Amino acid sequence: MNHLDLLTFARGSALNWALIIFTAGVVLRLFEILGLGRKADLAKPRLDSPGSGWRTMFTRSLPPEGMLKRDPVTYIGGYVFHVGLFLGIFFFAPHIEFFRSMTGLGWPALPSALVDASVVAAIVALAALLAHRLNNPVKRMLSGFGDYLAWALTLLPLLTGYMAYHHLFVEYTLMLALHLFSVELLLVCLPFTKLFHTFSVFISRWYNGEIFGRKGVAS
Amino acid sequence: MKKAQQTEVLPGTVGEGLEQHGVTRREFLQFCTAMTAMLALPPAMAGAMAEAISKARRQSVIWLSFQECTGCTEAITRSHSPTLENLIFDLISLDYHHTLQAASGDAAEHAREQAMKDNAGKYLLIVDGSIPMGNPGYSTIAGISNYDMLVETAKGAAAIVSVGTCAAYGGIPMADPNPTGAVAVSDIVKDKPIINVPGCPPIPVVMTGVLVHFLTFGNIPELDALGRPKSFYGETIHDRCYRRPFYDQGKFAQTFDDEAARKGWCLFKLGCKGPVTYNACATTKWNEGTSFPIESGHGCIGCSEPNFWDAGPLYQALSMPVSATPSMLGAAAAAGAAVGVAVTWHNRSKKAAAKAAHEKVTVPELKREAK
Amino acid sequence: MSATLAKGINSFKEVLDAPIASFFSSCVHCGLCAEACLFYTETGDPKYTPIHKLEPLRRVWQQEYTLLGKLGKMLGLSKPVTDEELEEWKPLVYNSCTMCSRCAMVCPVGNDMTYMIRKMREGMAASGHAPAGLVSATTRSVEIGSPMGIRLPAVKAQMKHVQDDTGIEIPMDVAGAEYMVLMSSMEIINFPEYLAAIARIMKQAGKTWTLCSEAFEATNSGIQIGASDIAKVLVQRVVDGAEKLKVKTVISPECGHAFTALRWEGPNLIGRAYTFDVQHILEVLDDFRSAGLLKTSGFEEARLTFHDPCQIVRRGGLLDQPRNLLNLVAKNYVETKDHGKMNWCCGGGGGVSAIEEAEPLRLQAFKVKKAQLEETGAKTLVTACANCRIVLEEGLEHYHMNIPVVGLTELIAEHLKEGE
Repeated sequence: MNHLDLLTFARGSALNWALIIFTAGVVLRLFEILGLGRKADLAKPRLDSPGSGWRTMFTRSLPPEGMLKRDPVTYIGGYVFHVGLFLGIFFFAPHIEFFRSMTGLGWPALPSALVDASVVAAIVALAALLAHRLNNPVKRMLSGFGDYLAWALTLLPLLTGYMAYHHLFVEYTLMLALHLFSVELLLVCLPFTKLFHTFSVFISRWYNGEIFGRKGVAS
Repeated sequence: MKKAQQTEVLPGTVGEGLEQHGVTRREFLQFCTAMTAMLALPPAMAGAMAEAISKARRQSVIWLSFQECTGCTEAITRSHSPTLENLIFDLISLDYHHTLQAASGDAAEHAREQAMKDNAGKYLLIVDGSIPMGNPGYSTIAGISNYDMLVETAKGAAAIVSVGTCAAYGGIPMADPNPTGAVAVSDIVKDKPIINVPGCPPIPVVMTGVLVHFLTFGNIPELDALGRPKSFYGETIHDRCYRRPFYDQGKFAQTFDDEAARKGWCLFKLGCKGPVTYNACATTKWNEGTSFPIESGHGCIGCSEPNFWDAGPLYQALSMPVSATPSMLGAAAAAGAAVGVAVTWHNRSKKAAAKAAHEKVTVPELKREAK
Repeated sequence: MSATLAKGINSFKEVLDAPIASFFSSCVHCGLCAEACLFYTETGDPKYTPIHKLEPLRRVWQQEYTLLGKLGKMLGLSKPVTDEELEEWKPLVYNSCTMCSRCAMVCPVGNDMTYMIRKMREGMAASGHAPAGLVSATTRSVEIGSPMGIRLPAVKAQMKHVQDDTGIEIPMDVAGAEYMVLMSSMEIINFPEYLAAIARIMKQAGKTWTLCSEAFEATNSGIQIGASDIAKVLVQRVVDGAEKLKVKTVISPECGHAFTALRWEGPNLIGRAYTFDVQHILEVLDDFRSAGLLKTSGFEEARLTFHDPCQIVRRGGLLDQPRNLLNLVAKNYVETKDHGKMNWCCGGGGGVSAIEEAEPLRLQAFKVKKAQLEETGAKTLVTACANCRIVLEEGLEHYHMNIPVVGLTELIAEHLKEGE
């Protein structure tokens, strides 16, 4: 199998299966979580905070006062990584073409150099976050195989994408295929690892906001 | 007909031939300088090259055409004359080429056999077209199957040049579902140096370059993993494309006739395969350097890459999936939901069972019985 | 009958629900919850990381309620939760968690660790892994009527004492009164000023109120130990009393978890909505204030600050009321650096103050309060939870800090205009 064949496979059957497992997995996990249900809360809620769950989905992206200082690496590293990853995924012209083919929606791309810079920033942030994970006693204790796996699964698409774009080490077609394979690996694993927070974060934040909101506390 | 009768009127060396055609030494040196550049050789090699080629005997060449469209021959013969490239072709001893040769039938086959005998171990074998491994009757010449003819002719060849994507990689005949069982030359011949010059058709000057290299050094140029001369196939169309800056700026044509297309913006979104196509089109160009497909407003289709024909739709961006569809995702979501409902049902019955098994916790039961 | 592991695991299966599943699914092990927890920040021991305290519960969820977990369990790949493990987790789930919810305010993915600890304690209690201190407090609550073993005669004695002191008659079992007043054991034993304050405030506001002989105790050890069956029995006493006397509003005293038990958990424990309202005393006072029924005179001159009780502020929603009331009587009121919904816990909530063996840790964790207080330079500390008050007093004494702790209701009562 030559490199173009590998790329065609990566864009073809491999991608199809990855997308199928990813989509089915995400839906399954959503059912798994929401299907457990919860008892209706019979306590009379305060009326001070309607829509608190929805607000918390967004407000929880900001650090509460004083927290940034307590753990700057996690906060700043987390921001840089997430923003870099987001720009890399959603604002690189070829990626937009992928989303357009799947959803029919398109949007303007950022110049490649900007996307490139944000990806570099995301990779650097990931490295810093790994170092922090290994050095911080809390994180080290909490971390298991799944955490390091999730880290690697996230790094690979960024790294292979960067290497493909800059023609580093490996011939471009092969690198592009490897990039796709790494994305496919990520897609397959996402629903079943902590990476599922990509989706579940909105549910957990909503519950948090809703639980506190009923009590009249904006969370 | 005896081959020797013809050769009497022809020059003995390439140098003599050039002289006969009125090519000055200065012109020939210029050609050699251009060639060294194309072959990525040091400029100082130009003189040595001119010397070597001038003194070279006319090289015997046997050209076999199998499952092909004659496009490769067309490309090479129709390149506008009188160019030095053409002269080089004129100056080889093309002993067999069933499209170009005057002879036919037994006489033609005899010419091939004679050349093989006279130049055993020295002749150059050029092949265009793929070889059917299914029914041998799919393609025969003078009743000889392509496979047999290739194996027989390859035995005494100094090297083989697979011209065009079909000979190099199987090409369009090999496209899914490959009805003839087409294979590339390199799938059959394993014991000879093979130079692949892929393209549909390949760029004529690449052919010339390979010949010049062979005449100069008596061996084949440096090849990449796919058997292609590195000097011509070392970079992608995309990397050398004059529209590349638009790609980097995120400026793309959305359709073939929009304003962006008229402005010459990048054709990536229209399916250009330039990023994964290794060829020299963007630098050597076609038709005496006039243009190349992208310059004419059409994306690269990647014709010099193995299996390009099966590498996804031609007019879909490279980053688009080959076959994934939104409805496929819908089906996957439905399957996920079905499993999700089953898991939820299982979870709920488990939770209900736990609730049923709940024994009221009272004060004495907060403690464990002493073991 | 006895507590068993099977009962505990069964409880875990019962309490696991969609919010918990989403919380465990979202956790990325970022460790920020530890930075919000006083037991971690003051000890530096990572085992006090809030999400880590829930590890056994997480594994039961993963093994029982996820497809991959079920498969893993079938193939014998999963590590079952054992008695030894739960015993090891006891100090994490009880001694070092005050259910203060500060971590739930900080978690970037929105996990409510307190919601989960509350539910996890159900399984801990059912499997017999609750701390002895909480077991005895719960036993006294059920069998005697109060976690500190106080019976009705003690209440009556205090009523008489307050009556003599203030000259105001303390009503008991008055049907049709607007308010039914509850107390916490702490207030009955340690802070009789509370009842006196209520009497004077109610008199000034001209409201009818009553105590209830069958339900004077507001606290609920059941929700601290994590036994809903017991919590329900305790809440039911209050509900029965309030419905029998047909009061409009039940006033939860200056006690944090009592408010949580009555206001937020009660209807869910008894399985129906109340026929009366539940208000915290600070809500009642603030309502009086805005209705012009609370007339005060004079101001505290000393620099004072307020300790937000977690269950009343962060988990109770009373963010503005204490401030409104303080400004009524204090000129030199300063906020601590982290206050309101981000205040640091006193270290003794969630039943921790009832666990004897947790005391050294609690005093260590108190360092965060100490630093907070020192920074304000306050001479008086006001709060609105009797448990906080005791824990704060103990902490201040331990660190040789001479700062009196005052209940907000009392403070207001001290400034009531005389003769009105």
